[in-house]
Parts: sequence; C-alpha cells; structure tokens
Amino acid sequence: MKINRRQALGLSAGAAVFAAAGFRAAPAVADAAATEVAIKEFTGGIIPAEAGKLTLKTPEIAENGNTVPVSVSVESAMSGDDMVESIAILAEGNPNPGVVVFSFTPMSGAAAATTRMRLAKTQNVIAIAKMADGTFYMDKKEVKVTIGGCGG
Amino acid sequence: MATPRPRVKVPKTAAAGEVITIKTLISHDMESGQRKDSEGNTIPRKIINKFTCDFNGQTVFSCDIDPAISANPYFEFNAKVAESGTFKFTWVDDDGSVYEAEEKIEVK
Amino acid sequence: MRRGAWEGLPVRGKFAAIGAGVLVASALAFSAVQAEPVDETLSIDGVEMTTRAKAQEGLPFDEVLSGWLFREAETRQLEADSFENPGMLYVERGEEIWNTVEGPAGQSCASCHGDAAESMAGIAAHYPKWDADSQRPINIELRIDKCRVEHMGLEPYKFDSDDQKALTTYIKHQSLGEPVNLDLAEGDMQSWWERGKERYYLRTGQLNFACASCHEANSGQYIRADHLSQGQANGFPTYRLKQADMVSLHNRLRGCIRDTRAETPAAFSDELMALEVYLTWRGTGLSVETPAVRQ
Repeated sequence: MKINRRQALGLSAGAAVFAAAGFRAAPAVADAAATEVAIKEFTGGIIPAEAGKLTLKTPEIAENGNTVPVSVSVESAMSGDDMVESIAILAEGNPNPGVVVFSFTPMSGAAAATTRMRLAKTQNVIAIAKMADGTFYMDKKEVKVTIGGCGG
Repeated sequence: MATPRPRVKVPKTAAAGEVITIKTLISHDMESGQRKDSEGNTIPRKIINKFTCDFNGQTVFSCDIDPAISANPYFEFNAKVAESGTFKFTWVDDDGSVYEAEEKIEVK
Repeated sequence: MRRGAWEGLPVRGKFAAIGAGVLVASALAFSAVQAEPVDETLSIDGVEMTTRAKAQEGLPFDEVLSGWLFREAETRQLEADSFENPGMLYVERGEEIWNTVEGPAGQSCASCHGDAAESMAGIAAHYPKWDADSQRPINIELRIDKCRVEHMGLEPYKFDSDDQKALTTYIKHQSLGEPVNLDLAEGDMQSWWERGKERYYLRTGQLNFACASCHEANSGQYIRADHLSQGQANGFPTYRLKQADMVSLHNRLRGCIRDTRAETPAAFSDELMALEVYLTWRGTGLSVETPAVRQ
C-alpha cells in the first residue's frame, strides 16, 4: 500500500510503532488518546478544567524512574457536604496510564495520600479529584525522568 | 523476597477527633507484566492490586493499584478516630493471597 | 593484568547492538556541569551519621564524602527515615533468617551468636578482615558462608541470593553509624590493599575507564544525568531505586566494570576482594549506612 509523505506523518505515534515493530504484545507507550479515555472513565465523560483545591506534588527531576514519590491532597473538611470521594493518578507516558485510585471516607480525616510510582520516561503526571457533590478537579505536573550513568 | 512482610506506623495514642498520619510499606516485587526474561518471554504480571485500611471494622481508606506503583509499595494517608481501637491493614495479591497487619491505638 | 582497550573483548549480549561510536561518544559525555554535594547532615532515628571525613593520607584530595550527599532530596529523605527506607524490609527479613534454624546441625545464627544487636554491634565497620584459614581477606558475605559450611552443615549461599543479601544487610546494619576502620596490619592485608589500589587506577574495557576515571577524577560531575559520587563502599548492601531491591557491593563492582565494557570478574574473586579492601579503606571515617538508599 502506497502511503504518501503527508499520510505517513499523519499516522498516530502508536500505530507507527506497531507497524515498524511488527507484532508486539502492547504498544510501547500509551498515547494521549488512551490517557484521555482513562480520564473520562474516571469522570464520567468530562475533562476537568482546573486544579481548584487539588494539589499534586511530584519531584521536578526523578532520581530514578523506577521509584518516583508522588503526593496528592485536596483542601476539604471531609465531613458533611465537603467530601472527597477519590483521587486518581495517571501517567501519560507509561505503557498504561493508570497508576492508582485512592478512595476516602469520612474517617480519613483529610483527603491526602502519598505513594511511589514508576515512570517509563519524562512525562506528565495527572491527578483527578472526585468530590462527593460531583465536582472534579484536575492537576498536571511534568516529571523529568533521566537515564543515569553509563546505561543506568 | 520470601513472604511479603508488611510494616505499618501508627501513633500509639491520639486525641479524639485528631487527624493522624499512617504510613505503610510491604515487601513485594510488583511484577508489572511489562518485563521480558532472558529468552524474550513476558514475565507475567503479579502485583498487589488492592490495599485497605479499616478501623474497628469500618473502612478508613483504600487504594486500587495498577502496575505503575513501585516495588515494595508505600502508602501514606490520614485517619480521624473518635475512640480507641484497632486498625487493620489488608493487601490483596493478584494471585488471591491476602497479607494483613494490625495496630492498636489509644484515644484519649 | 593489563588489557588492551580494543582487543576483541567479549561484549555482553544487550550491548552488542550499540555501535562503538555511541560508546565513545558517551565516554566523552561527562558534563561540564558541576554540582556540589549538598551541605546537609544525615540523621537516622536521631543518630547523626558521619558523611564527611578527612581523607586518608596518600589520597589526592582532602575529604571523603558519603554517596548520600550526591543524591536528590527525595532519595536522601528515604534513607533518613528508618520507617520509610525500603532497605529496612530486608533488615527485618535478615533478622528472621538470623533466628531460623537451618541445616543438619540444627543451628541458627542465634544459636551461637545470640542477639545480633549485641554480638554484631560495630563489627561490620572493620570488614573486610584477614582470614588466616583461607589466607585472603574475608567480607561479611564470605564470613556468613564460612559459618554455614563449618558450623551449620550447609552449602555457601548462591551469590546475591535474596537470603544472602538480607542477612548481610541485617548484620551490617548492626554497625549503623560506626566509622569504617580496617586493620591493614593483619596478615597480608597490606599486599591485598596494594593490589586493590592498582586495580582502582587500572583502565580497562572498551571505554578504557578506571574506577578513578569517574569516582576520583570526575566525582561531582554528571555522567549523563547521574550525579557522580566518590563511589564509597560504606552503604552496601544498598537499596537501589533502579532495581527497587538490595544491591550487594560485588554486584555493583561487576556492574560498574561491565559498564566500561570489560570482562566482569567473578564475585569474591581475588581481583574483587583486593578492590573491596582498597575501596573500603578509601572511605575510612565515614559511617556505615547499611542499608543506604541510592539511585
């Protein structure tokens, strides 16, 4: 099948990798589309517009992509109407975007959590908070993942 | 590692209604399912996919976990307790194994 | 022990695909960017570690520095918190092994050595030591093997087995904070020190690097994005974020040598034991940090 240059450039990154590499178990990297799907799955269809009360904390440069600390928190009384139901963390450039979903209850006291994740390469880490009243917040931070030493 | 070993840090005492910090760690390779062995075969995924913290039988906090969580998974979170009791921590493995830990707290 | 840089050295499988040109290019890629090791103190559970010490006489610089000082803030914090340090999971596993009866003699480490916190306190700071029986230096891993074979009726551990790493980490952890100090007057330690020194400064491999090329001549510079430390031994076995696992000293020595594209000597070979003696001596005065956390 003849592809002209314009068509070739129009191929999405994922498809090009597939074509070039022959059969593979999975595409090497999730594309932006897969991340958008993951966001919408969590929010029920919308892309949240702003970070609002959500704070996402990541290092600017990860010492090693295998273990990258990440913290999320939402300013919330965690009682009555002001409740955070859950916070999802996604990694845009990983083979699969999902990292973790934290679920909170009134007994949590605060809507905050910290963990350590794997990042395959420099990419955006995305956090989405789901409030009990149906509001969503989203924050995004870029984390540089470096290759160390003589091959790591 | 041998059997996954949990480590939890819970304050021994707290005031009623105080928001405390809990830290948890468990030894586990968190095999992502992305790696290949020396013959090129994909090493099957085997991770802890769920973590739950209960207090006196009620859920405080939980995580649904994907392979992007690092080996020896670490979770730090908060809890607000009104009375003395026992925290129970549960980690669930892909293979169905369940690992548990418990810590008591005295609420004054 | 001389090796020509280009004489058909075996290149490990996965590196074979990398063109020699790329290797040479990366050899020249020491960044001109210098970064100071941080000016901070490491306290673990309220005990201050010695991370800077006066260099031993004969070394061409004034101060020896712990690798901790060269790491990012998050990595440093992981080591400073004995709860969060993932290496402590291995200390716990090591304690379990210490107390477990194994082998036909029906002994555990505890059977002879009792409470490790007492019997092993401070000793790792003085290893490697001279072993008269084998007429060579002995490190903690080999000392454990000696006990297994002579007193427990067991085989030596397979190199880098999970149990070997956990038990070594546990024993060395009983010397946390203790300053490294070897006795070079024992047996033939001095001549092994000489051999180790020669190896430290010997250029080998396709990249023609010596340990000193990175860790002495370029300590503080960046190799790609890695902040080069002095390559001290005081934190081993170390929890490396890259492997998310404990890494033993001989594993790291073999890794570094592999990265220069040289043949890797066997773990606990004469070559690496001599290097361990010299390398440990270079860090005299620094606290044992096992389990250290590094990248």
